[in-house]
Parts: sequence; C-alpha cells; structure tokens
Amino acid sequence: MNDMTTFDVEKIRRDFPIFSREVHGRPLAFLDSGASAQKPTAVLEAVQKAYAETYANVHRGVHYLSQVSTELYEGAREIVRAHMNAASVDEIIFTKNATESINLVANSYGWAILKPGDEIILSTLEHHSNIVPWQLIAEKTGAVVKAVPIDAHGEFMLDKYLDMLGPKTKIVAVTHISNAIGTITPVREIIDAAHDAGAVVLIDGSQAAPHMKIDMQSLGADFYVFTGHKVFGPTGIGVLYGKAELLDAMPPFLGGGDMIERVTFAKTTYAKGHAKFEAGTPPIVQAIGLGAAINYVNEIGFDKIGAHEQALLAYATEQLQSINSLRIIGQAKHKAAIISFTLDGVHPHDIGTIVDRGGVAIRVGHHCAQPLMDHFDVAATARASMALYNNRADIDALVASVKSVQEIFG
Amino acid sequence: MFDDLRELYQEVILDHSKNPRNFRHPEDANHEAHGYNPLCGDTVDVYLKMGHNGLIEDAAFEGKGCAISLASASMMTEIIKGKTETQAKHIFDGFQKLVKGEENDFDAGEDTERLMMLAGVKEFPMRVKCATLAWHAMTSAMDDKPDVSTE
Repeated sequence: MNDMTTFDVEKIRRDFPIFSREVHGRPLAFLDSGASAQKPTAVLEAVQKAYAETYANVHRGVHYLSQVSTELYEGAREIVRAHMNAASVDEIIFTKNATESINLVANSYGWAILKPGDEIILSTLEHHSNIVPWQLIAEKTGAVVKAVPIDAHGEFMLDKYLDMLGPKTKIVAVTHISNAIGTITPVREIIDAAHDAGAVVLIDGSQAAPHMKIDMQSLGADFYVFTGHKVFGPTGIGVLYGKAELLDAMPPFLGGGDMIERVTFAKTTYAKGHAKFEAGTPPIVQAIGLGAAINYVNEIGFDKIGAHEQALLAYATEQLQSINSLRIIGQAKHKAAIISFTLDGVHPHDIGTIVDRGGVAIRVGHHCAQPLMDHFDVAATARASMALYNNRADIDALVASVKSVQEIFG
Repeated sequence: MFDDLRELYQEVILDHSKNPRNFRHPEDANHEAHGYNPLCGDTVDVYLKMGHNGLIEDAAFEGKGCAISLASASMMTEIIKGKTETQAKHIFDGFQKLVKGEENDFDAGEDTERLMMLAGVKEFPMRVKCATLAWHAMTSAMDDKPDVSTE
C-alpha cells in the first residue's frame, strides 16, 4: 500500500520498471501517456502470474484451473464495476479496446433503433474512433451525423449543443476529455440535456479513466467506454459500460461461442447479461491485468493523482508559454494534463524527431482528430500528455529540447 | 547537440524548407499528382510540364509538410528539371535506397552531392516517408496516376 497521506512521485516512478532505462543516452521523459501509458510492476506481475500459475480458458471446463481462471476474470469485472460504480457486473462488458466498445454500441444499439433522418450528435473534439463508427452506421441506416462546434479555446459549446438537440436526436456520443487538447467536457449537462430530448448518450472516457474517478450512477451515462492500456493496464482489453435495460434489449454484436444460450440450425438463443456481448475466448489475462491496474491507481487515489497532474499541468503550461513563438492549442478552463502546441516555422514532425534525441517522448501528428485540427487550422501539433508518474524533470527536459529545436531552426 | 540531428538538419536542408524552390502551380503543367501521408496529414501536389521524348521541361510543387519533406520536394524539382522521365525515375530509385540505408555507393551523377544532403534521413526510419513523398507523387504524375498515398 502506498502512503495515503502523501503523493511521492519518485516512489511511484519506481513502480514502473521502464523508468530505469535511458533513451538515446538520456533519462526517459515519457510524455506520451495519452497514446498509451506505461505499466507498473503490479500489472506485470499479475499478468505473469495469470499465465504461469492459473492459466486456462474461462467459462468452459469443470477442471480446477478453468475455475480459478474464471474467478480471476470475473473478479476483474467486479473490480471494474466497483471502480465505475455500476449497478451490476452485467453492465460491464470486456472488449478489445474503446474503439471496439464504440463499434459495438453503434452496430448493435444504433443498427436497432436508427431510422432515416435520425440524428447522431458528436462534437468537434472527437477522436476518429468516436466519429467513424457513427458515420458507418449512419450510411447503413440513413441517419445523419452532426458535430457540436467548439470555441477558440477548445471549449465544447453547450449553448449550440442545446440548440441542436431535438426530436430527431437519437444518440449523443461525446468525449469526456479531448485526447488532442485536453478539454474536459461538461458531461453531466450533456447527458441531462440529451435525456430531456429523449436521446441516449455514449461517453468516450478513454482519456478520463487515467486521470479521474468515474461514477456511472452519479453521471447517468447510458454507455461509457474506455481502454485498458491508457489506464496502465495491458493492451487488448477495453471496457463498455451499458445500462442493463439497454443492453438487455440490444441484439448481439459478434456471434460465436460463449454468447449463446442454445444453438440449433433452426434458431439460436443468446446468453443474458454481459455474456451476450463477449463472443469467443475473451482477453482473459488482459482483463486480469486491467483489474490489477485499477487496484493500483485506486490505492494511490484519484484525488492525489488529480492534484499532482494539475500542478504539473500548470507548471508545464507556464514553462512552455515562456518559449518565444510557441503556441498552445486548446486553452479550455477545465483541462486534463495534456498540452498540444505548435512552434512558428517548425513542423511538429521535426519537433518530435529533435526532442526524441533528448530522451523526450511526445506525440506529433493529427492525434486521430483531424476535424479538431481543421478547427484550429493546423495539420498537426506536438502533444505532451502527462500521467501520475511524470515529474518536473520531465517537463524541464521537454522545455530544454524544444529550445534546441529553435537552435537548430534558427 | 547530437551529430545525427546536425546531419539531418543541415543548413542546406533548412534553407530549402524555409525557402522552397519552384513552390508554385505552373499554368502549362500537363501532368500532376497529389501525394498524401495519412500518418501525419502532410500533402504535396507535384506539377510537371513534360515535353517531347519524355523531357521534363518544368517541375514545381505546392504543399504542407515538415522540413524534410519540403526540402526533399524542393531539391527534387531542381534536379529533375531538364531530365528525361527515365532519368528522373532512375534517380528516385537510387535516392529511395539511399534514405532507407540500402545504398552505400549512391551515384546520381552531377546530382549526387546535393542528394547526399538528405542521406541523414537513414538514421531516422520514421522519416523516410517524409523524404520520399514528393518523389512518389512525381512518378505518379508521370504515370498519370493522380493520387498517391504513402500508406
């Protein structure tokens, strides 16, 4: 257990083996957790142990290991349920990633209810994974996709959204936190207004899960998705939370083993609860690893993680702003620890290559959010995304590296 | 500062990226192609005026990109002007091998020295596509394939 009264970032860094290595002969300043986060020893050990000591397929055999494996896998589901404060484990579906979770909802719920002319409301902040699945289902059903605009600071424009809602609105799918610029959206207001209009809401929590406590019963979202690898868990595991009454009424997404009740060639009936949406052998060990990751962050506590990250965000913002010709893209009032920026006269790819030689890992490009890039009239940005293990030295390394970009480019 | 970065971002490269040559859309161009790198969103349009016997009478480009892709496009337009289609494609073959680190005896005749300026790219495999985007668009333009994507 970590000390519950203090947040010791150096102690936390020792929980992550990767920070003992160097990159290009420099200490690793990993500022790309928004793309994928590093893994603590607790997760690595849980994964190793699951394969080495308890591995077997789940929900099948009556043999001992199958039982233990099933208990661990279902135990991970309970960890996720408790973490999200969902009413029941039947509301927690394990998927491959957040993208698959969104595709599941679009193809199952969307396909079942959308009619020509119905409207799906997204926002300009969305990651491509919360745009393209809706465009695909809109093409098949004749529904229309609309995007809520954002203002010059990158804020979700609530008033415009309220104007867009109407009797044709059937689905609202909005990110909790922008992956590209860090904006925290007013999810509670978004959800309440959608419900008043009779629409269901999906929240993409991929960037929120590593930074804040998420509470389904308090939030009231109909669907909430996130991915395991961004919250310090393994790749290949995602979560879909869905309200039980919606999930029960939805047709299956993928067909196969484990999701059936009885199969005959004349008619197949489907399993109830989460099982209906988990066809085939699931990502067993990945789920167990995700459970370990969620236990790890909860032992530290999101109140402390949030305070640490916000202090770091303020420091990084101040330091980066002091650099001539650096422009921060997205300055919402409420932001997660993500900073997108451009440098006058230097393409983000050149920034990325140069800072990398200083041991600094950042993401450069369009961040799978091209409509958002278009809004700010840039093709790409450089993005530093922070997590609980980042410290001021990481920010100092970034700032020094950005200054060396300026030296090279004159 | 690291030597491989200095090697990559030489003065000549920076000069071409800041002041790209032949950065225009010639009205009499008779071949053109659009190049796109979906990974980074960079784009380039290459315009060629091809004369008799496959001679490239004019070469120009427009686009958005990093220093490497702009410099490479700029130098390419200077180099291929006055060459034949066959010569230009032959230079690209050698250049592509050079930036991928597959060519130790790069020889593009009088253009060897200039193109060697971009040899530093071979230390940065993620940037090879930046260096070759305009060249791919150039060959597409010659072959009348209007679009090329590096993915």
